[in-house]
Amino acid sequence: MPTSFIQPEFKVKIDYDKCHKCGRCVQQCGWGVYNFNERPIPDDSKCRACHRCVTYCPAHCISIEKNQLAYRDNDNWSPAARKAVWRQAETGGVLLTSMGNPLPYTRIFDHLVLDACQVTNPSIDPLREPMELRTFIGHKPDSVGVEPDGNGGFRLAEGEGMKNNLMLDTPILFSPMSYGSVSLNVHKSLAMAAQRLGTFMNTGEGGLHADLFPYQDNVIVQVASGRFGVSPDYLSRGAAIEIKIGQGAKPGIGGHLPGEKINKEVSSTRMIPQGTDAISPAPHHDIYSIEDLRQLIYALKEASGYKPVGVKIAAVHNVAAIASGIVRAGADYVYLDGFKGGTGAAPQVIRDHIGIPIEIAIAAVDQRLRDEGIRNWASVIAAGSIRSSADVAKAIALGADAVAIGSASLMALGCHLCQSCHTGSCSWGITTQKPELTRRIDPEWGAEQLTNLVHAWSHELQEILGALGVNAIESLRGSRERLRSIGLDEQMNKVLGVKPAGM
Amino acid sequence: MTTERPRYAEEASYKIHGGCGLMGICDESGKLMSGEDAILAMAVQHDRGNGLGGGFAGYGIYPEFPDHFAFHMMYHDIQAKEEVEALFDQYFLVDLAEPMPTRPVKGITDAPLLWRYFLNPYPSKLEESELSAEDYVVKAVMNINSSVDGAFVASSGKNMGVFKGVGYPEEIGHYFRLEEYEGNTWTGHNRFPTNTPGWWGGAHPFALLDWTIVHNGEISSYGINSRYLEQFGYKCTLGTDTEVAAYLFDLLLRRHKLPMELACKALASPLWDEIDRMPEAEQAVMRSLRSVYGPGMLNGPFAIVLGFNGGMVALNDRIKLRPLVAARKGSILMVASEESAIRAVIAEPDSVWMPKAGEPTIARVKGMDWPIHGDLHLDPSEISCAVTGTERSCDTVEVTA
Repeated sequence: MPTSFIQPEFKVKIDYDKCHKCGRCVQQCGWGVYNFNERPIPDDSKCRACHRCVTYCPAHCISIEKNQLAYRDNDNWSPAARKAVWRQAETGGVLLTSMGNPLPYTRIFDHLVLDACQVTNPSIDPLREPMELRTFIGHKPDSVGVEPDGNGGFRLAEGEGMKNNLMLDTPILFSPMSYGSVSLNVHKSLAMAAQRLGTFMNTGEGGLHADLFPYQDNVIVQVASGRFGVSPDYLSRGAAIEIKIGQGAKPGIGGHLPGEKINKEVSSTRMIPQGTDAISPAPHHDIYSIEDLRQLIYALKEASGYKPVGVKIAAVHNVAAIASGIVRAGADYVYLDGFKGGTGAAPQVIRDHIGIPIEIAIAAVDQRLRDEGIRNWASVIAAGSIRSSADVAKAIALGADAVAIGSASLMALGCHLCQSCHTGSCSWGITTQKPELTRRIDPEWGAEQLTNLVHAWSHELQEILGALGVNAIESLRGSRERLRSIGLDEQMNKVLGVKPAGM
Repeated sequence: MTTERPRYAEEASYKIHGGCGLMGICDESGKLMSGEDAILAMAVQHDRGNGLGGGFAGYGIYPEFPDHFAFHMMYHDIQAKEEVEALFDQYFLVDLAEPMPTRPVKGITDAPLLWRYFLNPYPSKLEESELSAEDYVVKAVMNINSSVDGAFVASSGKNMGVFKGVGYPEEIGHYFRLEEYEGNTWTGHNRFPTNTPGWWGGAHPFALLDWTIVHNGEISSYGINSRYLEQFGYKCTLGTDTEVAAYLFDLLLRRHKLPMELACKALASPLWDEIDRMPEAEQAVMRSLRSVYGPGMLNGPFAIVLGFNGGMVALNDRIKLRPLVAARKGSILMVASEESAIRAVIAEPDSVWMPKAGEPTIARVKGMDWPIHGDLHLDPSEISCAVTGTERSCDTVEVTA
């Protein structure tokens, strides 16, 4: 019997004429691809195409190629489908994977285009004019009550005005990613970058390591179904609290951090024994309906002195009604995670087949909240594959207050989307707890990379706003009139509230 | 019997872009000025329009009927007039009905039938309706605009009137013999639409009751402004920029009871940089205003003059992308798109200045009350088409009057 029907996905090619025989590739590879016997000998079957060795090879003599093994043509039974059957026949298990949904669903963002000013109104030059991206996340009242201040001016009347909002210098946050799934150095990079950028990172459900305390004013602390790391101290440190109900990559299921990733530091941060699997239940066992959510929201507010409390949900079919319920339950923001969002580990069948695209979720939720007259009551944060500043602008034009980036931020730290986070062997030192790998990220460098990325996108956002002839992000927010669709059907245009180009 | 008549409440089924010129003058002492001044101010701004729309609003012009609602009507034909007059007879006591005094002016063609009516709600009907007189009148305006094809209410306030049409403003002014009127406040407008609707009702000022708005600009944030207003029940599908400005003032001033100064600050917000430098209490107000009313902020170039019984307010966009000049001479405050317009009317002003971006220029007539809407309690959905005049929004208005 063969040990496996599955052939290696990639071929590692080394140009031995150029190879220095330095062994750098052996040392760099987290997957154990290379053996060294006078020269590096690759085992193709272990390669994840993460390009760590390629990047670090001083001779540039390594290339990774697709294994062009021919399969008998069959549109129905793609090679991937056949491999999945073979793998499950061999293991009897659920197929695990990570990062976002790679299947070729319609990418709606790529079918939306933005407007620009010509003649009848002027475009604005962001190099010469102010261009404001400041964004407040949280509950806003429907109106502002003022009273004369006695000096000819006005002051807020008792109990009036906006309270307890998060102030962002740019409408881009970092998505929740737990310490445990990513390394402490990644968390530090995110926290430092968030502080420099005037935005927020999010602990995910892994607790807040003491090394991040200096950055706590730029940290959103998450409360998920496993309650890992949650304590009164934890709640008091965060700038805001987020209840995680679901995640775009794995709606409806819980989380699983394997015991191998639970070292001493992770264990103390999560407040669980070292080496044990950290399993978050699928539902919160104290939230079986919307009224339970309301209780938790207010419990957390009471416990934290009324910090903003947000609720993160996966974008699913009924997302508009759910979001409306969440807003009415008292949440200060709703975090919508689309089905292309990343994950540190998820069953492949769930990642690839459950949930809806973020574009649709934003449109449906924003419209529903407006229809019900409660759009001001909570902010909408959108995530689930925001790939560029264009995606940010389109998400905001559809109605999001801000976006969160996870995959893109990890890419800034070296992630090559090899979809192997769950193995804990990330060669880039991102989704691993192995000290020899985690030290590959210097938080100072990581913060710089992340800051650069968000700065670059923010500049591009300013250029887009200028072309649109507005000088503040709130004038783009929900302004679907500035979007047109190309190649979407009428029904989809209706759902998105967007006209086709030409109209 | 069916006749082919245009829906007068409709301008176009798409958004009309355009640039414009405008003016406003107010004698805060309440002294009356001839309409000739307003014509003059617009005449020197001739090139800011293209002959496809001009108009004026005058306040205090009907001293002989100060307590009557003055309806300025446009009719496509006699049948429309008869239908409207039947409605008037049913709901109002009309004390005077007469054709608008006009004179032939070269360049003015295709004028609709223009009539004016001085009327008051029929007392028993008003009582029966349990509405304030103002609400009652707005409902009637809305009813006419939405249900009588070929009829349009140009204005409906007390002791004021709107005179507008297709043509250059100086032609329109002379056509309506404005030099024969005297008012304490005048506003004027010269339109440069980028298409040729040729619709008299589409010229500015837009009016509801005594409230008028003239507007030069293109609201680049129209998309979100209109969606924001829809949340409060206003209907602005396929309307004009001017319509969102009008509704936003209604929302902030009448429904949310913000003082005029702050309403203007919400619509043309200071930059965050400026807000961050304000004293703490003021900062708290501005932060809240900007965050709460951000979706209503008018972004993009505009200059607006709001007129009402009691004064006027002129406002520029937040970075002053459209011209607006102001001047004072004694108790007279004047604003215009161009300084030439001011100097044509006021030979030697005491001071001339450029109002800063987002800083309202306010004139208040001495001794006159401010609640600019009178006793108005209407739901926003009920006043939609009265201001906009778009067919789409008229169709969605429920008429109960």
